[in-house]
Amino acid sequence: MTFMTKPKVRHPSLPKNSLGLTRRDYEGSMSTLCAGCGHDSITAAIIEACWGLALEPQNLVKLSGIGCSSKTTAYFVGGGHGFNSVHGRMPSIAMGANAANRDLTYLGVSGDGDTLSIGLGQFCHAIRRNLNMLYIIENNGVYGLTKGQFSASADVGTQAKKGEVNRQPPIDPVLLALTLGAPFVARSFSGDKAQLVPLLQAGMRHRGFALIDILSPCVTFNDHEGSTKSYAYTREHYDAAVNADFIPFAREITADYSAGESLPIVMHDGSRIILKKIAPDYDPTDRIAAMAQIQAGMRKQEFLTGMLYLGRGDREFHDLNDMPLTPLNSIPYAQLSPGSRSLDKILARFR
Amino acid sequence: MQDRTNDFAIKIATVNGTGSASANTLLMKSIFRSGIPVMGKNYFPSNIQGLPTWYEIRVSRDGYVARSGSIDLMVAMNAETYARDVREVASGGYLLYDSTWPRSTVFNRGDVTILGVPLAKLCNENFDGLRTRILMKNICYAGVLAALLNLDLGRIRELLAETYAKKPKLVDSNMLAIDLGYKYAKQHFTCPLPIKVEKLAQTADHIMIDGNTAAGLGCLYAGATVAAWYPITPSTSLMDAFKGFADKWRVDPATGKKNFAFIQAEDELAAIGMVLGASWNGARAFTATSGPGLSLMGEFIGLAYYAEVPAVIFDVQRVGPSTGMPTRTQQCDILSAAYASHGDTKHVLLLPRDPEECFYFARDAFDLAERLQTPVMVLSDLDIGMNDWMCPDLKWDDAYQPDRGKVLSAEELATLEKFYRYLDSDSDGIPYRTLPGVHPKGAYFTRGSGHTQYGSYTEDSVEYQLVLDRLVRKFKTAKSLVPRPVVDANPRVDIGLVAYGSSDGAVREARDILQSRGVPVNYLRVRAFPFGEEVEQFLEKHRLVFVVDQNRDAQMRSLLTLETRVEKAKLRSLLHYSGLPISSEFIVQGVLAEVGEGVRVVGVNA
Repeated sequence: MTFMTKPKVRHPSLPKNSLGLTRRDYEGSMSTLCAGCGHDSITAAIIEACWGLALEPQNLVKLSGIGCSSKTTAYFVGGGHGFNSVHGRMPSIAMGANAANRDLTYLGVSGDGDTLSIGLGQFCHAIRRNLNMLYIIENNGVYGLTKGQFSASADVGTQAKKGEVNRQPPIDPVLLALTLGAPFVARSFSGDKAQLVPLLQAGMRHRGFALIDILSPCVTFNDHEGSTKSYAYTREHYDAAVNADFIPFAREITADYSAGESLPIVMHDGSRIILKKIAPDYDPTDRIAAMAQIQAGMRKQEFLTGMLYLGRGDREFHDLNDMPLTPLNSIPYAQLSPGSRSLDKILARFR
Repeated sequence: MQDRTNDFAIKIATVNGTGSASANTLLMKSIFRSGIPVMGKNYFPSNIQGLPTWYEIRVSRDGYVARSGSIDLMVAMNAETYARDVREVASGGYLLYDSTWPRSTVFNRGDVTILGVPLAKLCNENFDGLRTRILMKNICYAGVLAALLNLDLGRIRELLAETYAKKPKLVDSNMLAIDLGYKYAKQHFTCPLPIKVEKLAQTADHIMIDGNTAAGLGCLYAGATVAAWYPITPSTSLMDAFKGFADKWRVDPATGKKNFAFIQAEDELAAIGMVLGASWNGARAFTATSGPGLSLMGEFIGLAYYAEVPAVIFDVQRVGPSTGMPTRTQQCDILSAAYASHGDTKHVLLLPRDPEECFYFARDAFDLAERLQTPVMVLSDLDIGMNDWMCPDLKWDDAYQPDRGKVLSAEELATLEKFYRYLDSDSDGIPYRTLPGVHPKGAYFTRGSGHTQYGSYTEDSVEYQLVLDRLVRKFKTAKSLVPRPVVDANPRVDIGLVAYGSSDGAVREARDILQSRGVPVNYLRVRAFPFGEEVEQFLEKHRLVFVVDQNRDAQMRSLLTLETRVEKAKLRSLLHYSGLPISSEFIVQGVLAEVGEGVRVVGVNA
């Protein structure tokens, strides 16, 4: 249960990051999700990603709405600031928080119900504003807490646990985000930690809106035969197109990337994303081509995954609104009030 | 005969989108600049062009700012509303109309003097172009009124010169239209009429300002940095005002960067979410809305109450229910604001009476929201928000420092053994909070789900109740922090009257009238919820208490019966909910009906 404190197990030989923190220091409270839930694997990947980035825990803002996925912000980085808000409205909390302090890392965790139904509007508008955050969708195609109703990401023909077949077409967050102009769009699978961790790291360091749609099977309500979001179905139809390695600014590139298949992209803070093409024809820097390939894959019931699109030079919310580098919440009051003498000038208009 | 100098009301009936607003502002401001107290109220349709619109100007040497309830001169410029406009003129009054098309049969009232001026004809002879002729016809009636009412032509020219500082040619054409009307009236009528203006010196150190502009200015001065909103009449001009001021006064001269975020949200749900996110993260943030928007914000307001996040919300009330009449005024969100959202919630309300209080209450709202860590709603209304009111000059104390409330600094956190978010360490019901990124010890998890006083999730009854009961203590603390009521009471009088917000002007005038008729009434003006001890005592001390509400369901009376010890039986409601601002006459009639001649009983169901 979330109100149970997770026992701290420390071992002197646990590896430490540059802050001297171990992976344990990035854990949160005990998960209350079902054993085997995909979301718990994602939580583990987030812990790994944050530890690897050596994030100061108190500088991480964890935002969520309502649902199984939204609960998980309590299960990682207990030293971060969590805000579990209302259903589908996490993006607006993120927007306000980000406007007040641009210096923190904003990680939003949502689900397919939270994002694609009740929160669809806010999701779209966060992209429109190019809000600087990593937004992840833990996508399992069902409503878990209310016991197994289809969500808007359920595929046509997928079968519910009780036998009902879905006939409405799904809303695909990746295609939607690409249409709306999101500068960073990725898809992954909760069971592929090797692919997911660098994507999470790149998404957190990316400047502007980053989306990772993560297929994350629901073991209780959507892991049966006939479901297109089960572990078995996902593993079978999951197809990595472009993987990414994330190299923080200070670190040397040590791995061997063969030319022609890898593309290093330097980010605003000097860190790099190395895109590794798995599918030879896939171009992750071409928005239109990416959309076409993703849709072609879907027709064949294949989910292309990895770093599906990465744009360059996008201006995020603060740039678009001519805002200062100093976070608004730390501008001294003396600089905010025009003072009594200016008031006389202002009032002249009303005489 | 009664002296009507500087004591009369005129009403101008026009079609919206024809430039009549400029003519009306010109008239009102010229009177104001001549040192005479004046009120201007705009009754406009929810429409862009082509529907009837009215403007009421009241000149009052006694400084009354409300509608009197009677019209002495009607300027009938809209044939569509001739019939109702002529009915509204008080006996012995005047009606001015465009006699290019004579309408003697419509205006068949023997007790009203009909003044015909061929405005269209005059303008067609002197101006070219359809649009110009329509616009100038409205300026032309201002010229007629200048002659009839003895307005200062010099003032009018001065105002036109200011308005068209960048287009001097327009000053001349407008002055020509004024002169045409002025001369025609001088030649054909006995000018001035008994209702007329004489220079006074009562408007020095005063301004004419609308409440939305004043509130936007208050937000600027209070140091608000995040403004998130969704357009809705009649609150939009509050945000426009804030943006206008911020664009001028909040831009860093060295970098050109804006020290504020102005976010037009996708809807009210998002607007309030952004306010919560920003306030949670240590910025002063606000939104402005009206009834429908407030309904949408309900869920987040409940979260802010329970998770204890500051938020400032301006609700510029308009006529409900549902879409209602978006451009008409009411005080109809009192109950839905006081108890907004599901579950046990109660909210701090501030009730400004005019633009001046909108300015100061904007500042207070931020201080209270951060001190109490809760939403604070400023309930203005369309009458205050969108009409120009004569107010004393707004003042700013440069010694003011924002009250940021109990926010722990990095230094304070460093000395703590452990931080717990919802502990009542000071026994005032207000816990300490931290901001993200300040110190490793400050981390906590904000949630709308059940939580303990230590900040962790709970489904335990006792732990849940501990937090809920502390919120009650916090609300009690709020009583001592919110603006106190304004009381004007004579201990020998046992009839009281309670009012709030924009009713104040009408109430003050009504009390003078009642006093002159031998019915003195004590007065308490509620300025905030929760109610303090002064409200309790006022209700207790009076045998009979009238409660003035600009809504159908006596919402303030209900709130008083729910939240004070008062016996319901001694409260009488005076309910005005036509959508027009309340008049002094309405209150006088209501009180006299109960305690005077005893003609009828005014109650909730009467």
